[in-house]
Amino acid sequence: MAEFSLPANSKVGTGTAHPAPAGAKKPKTFKIYRWNPDDKQNPRVDSYTIDLADCAPMVLDALIKIKNEIDPTLTFRRSCREGVCGSCAMNIDGTNTLACTKPIEEVDGDVAIYPLPHMPVIKDLVPDLTMAYTQLRAIEPWLKSESPPPDRERPQSQEERAKLDGMWECILCFCCTTSCPSYWWNGDRYLGPAILLQAYRWIADSRDEATGERLDALEDPFRLYRCHTIMNCTKTCPKGLNPAKAIAEIKKLMVARR
Amino acid sequence: MSTLRSPLGRVRGLGSAKEGVAHWWAQRVTAVALVPLTLWFVVSVLALAGASYDQALAFFAAPHRAVPMLLLIVALFHHAQLGLQVVIEDYVHQEGAKIALLLLVKGLAILLATLAGFAVLKLAFGG
Repeated sequence: MAEFSLPANSKVGTGTAHPAPAGAKKPKTFKIYRWNPDDKQNPRVDSYTIDLADCAPMVLDALIKIKNEIDPTLTFRRSCREGVCGSCAMNIDGTNTLACTKPIEEVDGDVAIYPLPHMPVIKDLVPDLTMAYTQLRAIEPWLKSESPPPDRERPQSQEERAKLDGMWECILCFCCTTSCPSYWWNGDRYLGPAILLQAYRWIADSRDEATGERLDALEDPFRLYRCHTIMNCTKTCPKGLNPAKAIAEIKKLMVARR
Repeated sequence: MSTLRSPLGRVRGLGSAKEGVAHWWAQRVTAVALVPLTLWFVVSVLALAGASYDQALAFFAAPHRAVPMLLLIVALFHHAQLGLQVVIEDYVHQEGAKIALLLLVKGLAILLATLAGFAVLKLAFGG
């Protein structure tokens, strides 16, 4: 059955509170999910109060400040700090987004930070994305062409190229996929919005010659049709993309080729 | 079950079922059909408010009402069982319970649709 409560060893307790530094001008509290695979303890929520007067504006800046100055054991992924690598995707204030592009001041009250929902946790804010990456591998996200390769580029008209807008920008942070209830309940078989957006990115590419093959591989009650147009994916996408529309386009093509 | 199967093997699983589009399309088509049929049915029932039993029988016995009633019954129960099938597949992951529930829902839909259809036909032809 779908899981509506956490197993006993996943129930989240209250952890350590780190108080504001003396003389803090703009104190702000961050409540952060912590779990260490090595200490056999249940997950807990630690709270850290920092001085925003002495911190750069984004949630990632606060996380780095906490790790540098208060608690070096706090574990999270980050790299580019400008919203193009997708590493720092996490659940902030109840919404999946990128810590590096989420301004702290957009959050009223305490800032709750959890890992991406419903994925196995490796440690603290680091989810195990192995299966999601493997699902990307499974849709074969590369150009397939049998025509003899041209001497130069493979040309596209401007209209054909425009069809890829709104898809090439995806950074595979999996904010959308992990916000999708259908993926929570059936992520072992349903591909999820991020992967279906990538699948459509190649289906819509005028240079690709494997469109039918790609549609064949997607035509499945679980791989594609677990999407029930819930739209959490589009609502949460930190890049402002529309995976729900890409999935709808795939469904339209399934009907068009009958 | 613990598994040492590779992630790619697990993701590919049994492969694509190569179906699903017929189910999806049937759900949309029946949904569209239900818009006028349900509106017609609601308006008809409201118009019958205060009518006697015999008037109501005569109302639905007329061919131009019995036919849309039959269409409504077919579209409604087909749509309902398609939708409930999706709900069961979403939430029930134990194979035995899933098959039992699917059989129950589909069986009930067929039974209720047949009963309702039979009632309409009896009105139309039974006099």
